[in-house]
Amino acid sequence: MNWTIDQFARKLRARQVSALEVTDDCLRQIAADNGRLNAFTLVLADEARQQAREADRELAAGFDRGPLQGVPLSIKDLIDVKGTPTTAASRVREGHVARHDAAAVSRLRAAGAVLVGKTNLHEFAFGTTNEESAFGPARNPHDPTRSPGGSSGGSAASVAAGMALASLGTDTGGSIRIPAAACGTVGLKPTFDELPTDGVIPLSRTMDHLGPLAKTVTDTWYVFRALHGGTHPKLPEAQPARHLRLAIPRPYFCDLLDDSVRSRFDAAVTALRAAGASINDTELRRTDLIAPAYLHIVFGDAAAYHGPTLDAVPDRYTRPVRLRLEMARYVLAEDYVRALQVRQWLRHEVDVALRGYDALLLPTLPIPAPSLGAASVRIGTRDEPVRNVMLRLTQLFNLTGHPAISIPCGVTEEGLPCGLQLVGTRMQADTLLYVARAVENTLDES
Amino acid sequence: MTVEHWLENAVADAERRGLSELKPLLEGLAQATMILRSATLTESADSSSPKEPGADGSSGRPAR
Repeated sequence: MNWTIDQFARKLRARQVSALEVTDDCLRQIAADNGRLNAFTLVLADEARQQAREADRELAAGFDRGPLQGVPLSIKDLIDVKGTPTTAASRVREGHVARHDAAAVSRLRAAGAVLVGKTNLHEFAFGTTNEESAFGPARNPHDPTRSPGGSSGGSAASVAAGMALASLGTDTGGSIRIPAAACGTVGLKPTFDELPTDGVIPLSRTMDHLGPLAKTVTDTWYVFRALHGGTHPKLPEAQPARHLRLAIPRPYFCDLLDDSVRSRFDAAVTALRAAGASINDTELRRTDLIAPAYLHIVFGDAAAYHGPTLDAVPDRYTRPVRLRLEMARYVLAEDYVRALQVRQWLRHEVDVALRGYDALLLPTLPIPAPSLGAASVRIGTRDEPVRNVMLRLTQLFNLTGHPAISIPCGVTEEGLPCGLQLVGTRMQADTLLYVARAVENTLDES
Repeated sequence: MTVEHWLENAVADAERRGLSELKPLLEGLAQATMILRSATLTESADSSSPKEPGADGSSGRPAR
């Protein structure tokens, strides 16, 4: 079936399909493809069918919880689902069983969602390729020799492959937007602290965000509103593109792009301008400070959380993740504090850049999905470390807390998806979604 | 502590702990630390006003 949530919700209410049927369809897709894609760490088939039957019973009795009722969703295995292990894709977590649902999962259940399973990730969300996982790497549905991005790689793969209609992920440096771009889905990181992270294993408590991955902006909106606790959200009006005021921060953000990504980005900008959008160039200062500030904060925060297990069970981590965490323990307090001060300065810089605009417009990922196992990637004449490249365009907005969304903007000649990133004003994720919907409509029509 | 001194100590400590593979990672972190320190915003003990990270100290934004 491979429907959007919007399509499924209409057919469900027209009695043309049941929640059980669409759940069974997702479970069949998982059975057919999970061996190839390794997107799920745990499939909750019996529980999902039970939840779907209950959703059907409620609707038949006239109790409508809203657009997520009976919708099969997947949950990143960093987030607690009561009665199941939260593995974080790590042997460090062996024996764990969640005693409660994470707050966000409770809200999705209250909205009637059906939880089909938990998805693979980069161990403890500390990476962007999904290669370092106790379950082995998740793979990209568009080319299984390539990474689905990370750390929410299994979540993006599950949505792109029709194993779930949407997924709940987390984003500390781009971990929702990067896999969304690599797999051709939509991924939203709301404003920092907008959604509760209780019941989520932290990577950096000052930069962790929860958010949805889905096939369309409208579907993303439904999940996002449910995560807010709203069960009957009003569908946002699509703005005409001629009302959009966008700014492209070209220096740094457009300096280092694969040719195919640049081509898709330029084509999207041309289509938006042709539709009447106002698009100007802008500049953020001291972009050279983004990665250093990000690294010192995420390392300091991660070291604080992982210190005890690094001492007690170091060999249960995958070797590369253990080494990065051990390195993180050498960050000095004075440098962590400097990074916090730079963060505050960069936050103001992004606030100023947004004045007079609906959103910043930039690519999400400088390259198409990299091959699994690649340590570096060639961009033009330069070889760049994959990890640095993957984080380059997303990590700033984890530092500053601005809401950011990735939407698909075409594919390369090899059929690999590219992502377009929109960044909005803090605490205005709703507005960002209206803008994203207008951009999505324009690109769909172009 | 200077970055150079920090790096020397960190590499020695990592080797003592049997983690000599950390050396290239620590060298990368040291580079990031040097960039971070080049933009220090903190008040220093010998001056009264904090510096901003603009390379030339300017506060104006590029024209749009």
